[in-house]
Amino acid sequence: MTYIASKMNQLDLSKKFRPGESLIQALLFLAGFLSIFITLAIVYELGKEAWLFFGNPDVTFAKFFGTTTWQPGIGHFGIWPLVTSTLITSLIAMVVSLPLGLAVALYLSEYASPKARSALKPILEILAGIPTVVYGYFALLFMTPLLQKIFGEGVGVYNMASAGIVMGIMILPLISSMSEDALSAVPRALREGAYAMGATKFETSIQVVLPAALSGIGAALIIGISRAVGETMIVAIAAGSGPNFTFNPFKAAETMTGHIARISGGDLSYNSIDYTSLFAIALMLFLVTLVLNLVSQAVINRFRQRYE
Amino acid sequence: MNHSHYPKDDSFRVSLNGRYRIANLWQGLFFSALVIAILSLVALLYNVVDGAFGYVAYEYKHAPSEFTAKPLDQLNKQELLELLKTNLSSGAYKKLDNDKPMGERSKSVLVTLVLERLFQIDTKQTWSMTDSILHSNDIKAEVADKYPKAILEFRSWLTPVFLTTPMSSKAEFAGVRTAILGSLWMVGIAILFALPIGTGAAIYLQEYADKNFINRIIQTNINNLAGVPSIVYGMLGLAIFVRTFEGFTSGSMFGVTDSNGRTVLSAGLTMGTLVLPLIIINAQEAIKAVPDSLRQAAFGVGATRWQTVWHHVLPNALPGILTGSILAVSRAIGETAPLIVVGASTFISVDPSGPFSKFTALPIQIYQWTTRAQSEFHSIAASAIIVLLILLLTLNATAVLLRNRVQRKY
Repeated sequence: MTYIASKMNQLDLSKKFRPGESLIQALLFLAGFLSIFITLAIVYELGKEAWLFFGNPDVTFAKFFGTTTWQPGIGHFGIWPLVTSTLITSLIAMVVSLPLGLAVALYLSEYASPKARSALKPILEILAGIPTVVYGYFALLFMTPLLQKIFGEGVGVYNMASAGIVMGIMILPLISSMSEDALSAVPRALREGAYAMGATKFETSIQVVLPAALSGIGAALIIGISRAVGETMIVAIAAGSGPNFTFNPFKAAETMTGHIARISGGDLSYNSIDYTSLFAIALMLFLVTLVLNLVSQAVINRFRQRYE
Repeated sequence: MNHSHYPKDDSFRVSLNGRYRIANLWQGLFFSALVIAILSLVALLYNVVDGAFGYVAYEYKHAPSEFTAKPLDQLNKQELLELLKTNLSSGAYKKLDNDKPMGERSKSVLVTLVLERLFQIDTKQTWSMTDSILHSNDIKAEVADKYPKAILEFRSWLTPVFLTTPMSSKAEFAGVRTAILGSLWMVGIAILFALPIGTGAAIYLQEYADKNFINRIIQTNINNLAGVPSIVYGMLGLAIFVRTFEGFTSGSMFGVTDSNGRTVLSAGLTMGTLVLPLIIINAQEAIKAVPDSLRQAAFGVGATRWQTVWHHVLPNALPGILTGSILAVSRAIGETAPLIVVGASTFISVDPSGPFSKFTALPIQIYQWTTRAQSEFHSIAASAIIVLLILLLTLNATAVLLRNRVQRKY
C-alpha cells in the first residue's frame, strides 16, 4: 500500500508539452482561419477598387443615386438601371419560386407517403444540381419563345421576365427543401392535437403546422432572395446586354451581375474607370447578400421553436 | 340533457362537406406545384435534346467534284492526304503538319479537314428534333424551294468526333475537347487546393476548437461564405490571383514567358476558394457523424488528440468527406460566372499543357455558343450541355452511392 502510494507520488500526471501536437494544432487553426482571411480579402479588394471608383472626382453621390444612365466609360454614373433590373428579375423569381416551393414543401411533408417522397425528392435534387448556364440556355431558347407565343410581339428576344421565371424555377428546389425541413421539424403532437379537434388535413397544415414552421420558411425566403440577387448566368444570357432603365419586364435590361460578367469578359484595362466601377458593383452585391444571409441565420436562431 | 348547442338541421354536415371540398382543392393545388416543378425539369431536358439533333441544310462552297471524282467516303487515307496536299496552300499544309503530323491523323480527322478546308460547308438552316420529325415533308419542300443546291441531312450534333475535336470557329467542326480538358485541369487544381485546407479547417472546428469568440466567428463566417454570389469570388480571383499574384499564376516566376495572369491556375485557385466553404461544411458533418465512443476509446488507451484524429476519426469520416468533395467538384464543373471574370479565353484550340496555360472550360463554351445568333451554334451548345449533364450525373451518382454505403455502416 505504501509502496504504491510512493510510486504514485513519483508519477508526473501534469500535461506534457508535445511540440508536434502543438504544431499540428496551429496548422489546423490556420486552415480554419483562412476562411476569415478570404472574407477580409474580399472586403479589402472590393473596397480598395470601389474606393478608387468613388474617389474619382466625376463620381458624385448625386450622380450615383440621382441619375438613371450607367455608362462609366463616358461619364454616366447612375446606378439605377442596374439596380432596378436586378430587383425586377429577383422579384419575378420570388413570385414564381415562393408559392410553388412552399406548395411543393407542404405536399411532400404533409401529404406524400414516405415512398412517394423518396421517389419525388431526387427529382428536385436534379433540378437543384443543374448548372445555371444550362438554365440560361433554357431561358433564352425555351422560355422566351414561349412568352413570345403567349404575349405576342411586345416580348423582346432578351427580356427580364423570361430570366426571372427561369431563375424562379432554379430557386424552387432551395425554397422547397428548406421549407420542408422546417415543416417536418414540427412535432407530430401538434398535428395530432389539431386532428383531435376535428380539423381537416388542410386546416392542420395551414393553421397549425405552417405557423409553427414560419421562421424556417422566412429564412428560406431570404436565402432565396440572396440567391436571386447574386445569380449571374441566367440573366447574362437571357435578360439582355446593356443597362436599360425600364420597369417593363418584357424589355431587355442588364442586371448588376450580368453587367459585371459582360464587361469583365471583354478586354479590360486595369485602373480604368470601367474596371473600378465593376468592383463598386461587386461590393454592393457582396454587402446585400451578406446582410440577407446574416438576417436569415439570425431568423433561424432567434425564432427556432424548440420542441423537446 | 340540453342539446340546443347543436344545429337542428344538417348545416353541420353541409359545412363539413364544404371544408372537405376546400381541403381537396388545396391538396390538388399543392400537388400541381409539384407537377409544375417536374414539368419544368422535363421541358428543360427535352429542350436540350431537341436542340442537339435535327435536320440541317447546308451547301458546299466548292463542289466536291472540283476536287475528286470519287465520293468522299470511298477515298482511302493516302488519297485524302494527297487531296489535302495538292489543294491546300503549302503554308497552310505545313502549319497543320506542325500541329500534328498529317500521317498520324486518323481517317475521320482527314475527312473532316477536307470538308472544313476544301469543300467548305456553309450551313443554311437548322431545325429542332421535334420539327424534323413532325414536319419532315414541309422542311424538305422548303429546302428544295429556298436552297436548291443544298443538301438536307438529319444530323446528331453530339458525336464521338464532337468530343475529341478542339474548338473551331465553324460550328460544324467545333468540338469540346479543349473545353473538357480545361475543365478537368481547373477542377483538379481547385480540389488540390481546397480539399486539404477544407478538411483541416473542419478537423479544427470539430475536434480542437473551444466554444470561444474567435471560433464562433469562424463558423458563422464559413456559413456566410457559402452564400456569397459566385461572381464575387470571380472578382476576388481577378484582383488577387490574376493581378496581384500575376508573377506566380502566369508562371513568369518559373520562366514561362508567353502568358499573363489569366491562366488555368488562377481559375483553379479561384474555384478552390469558392468550393472551400462547401468542403468544410460537408467535412464537418462527416466528422460529426463519427461516434464519440471511438474517440473516448482512443483517449482511454492514451492516444494524443492528433493520434485519435489521424488513426480513428479521419478513416471513419473519409467516405463522408469524399462525398462532400465530389459534390464540390460537380459544383465547380458547372460554375460559369467566376470563370468569365477570371478570364477563361473563349477561343482556344490547343489543349492546356500545364497550370500556366490559357484555357477554356465546358460551361464557358456553352455560354459562348448559346449567345451566338446562328442556330447551328445553339445546336452545339445543346450537345455540350448534354456532355456536361452526363458528367455531373455520373459524379452525383457516385456521391449518392458512397453516401449510401456509409449510411449502411453505422
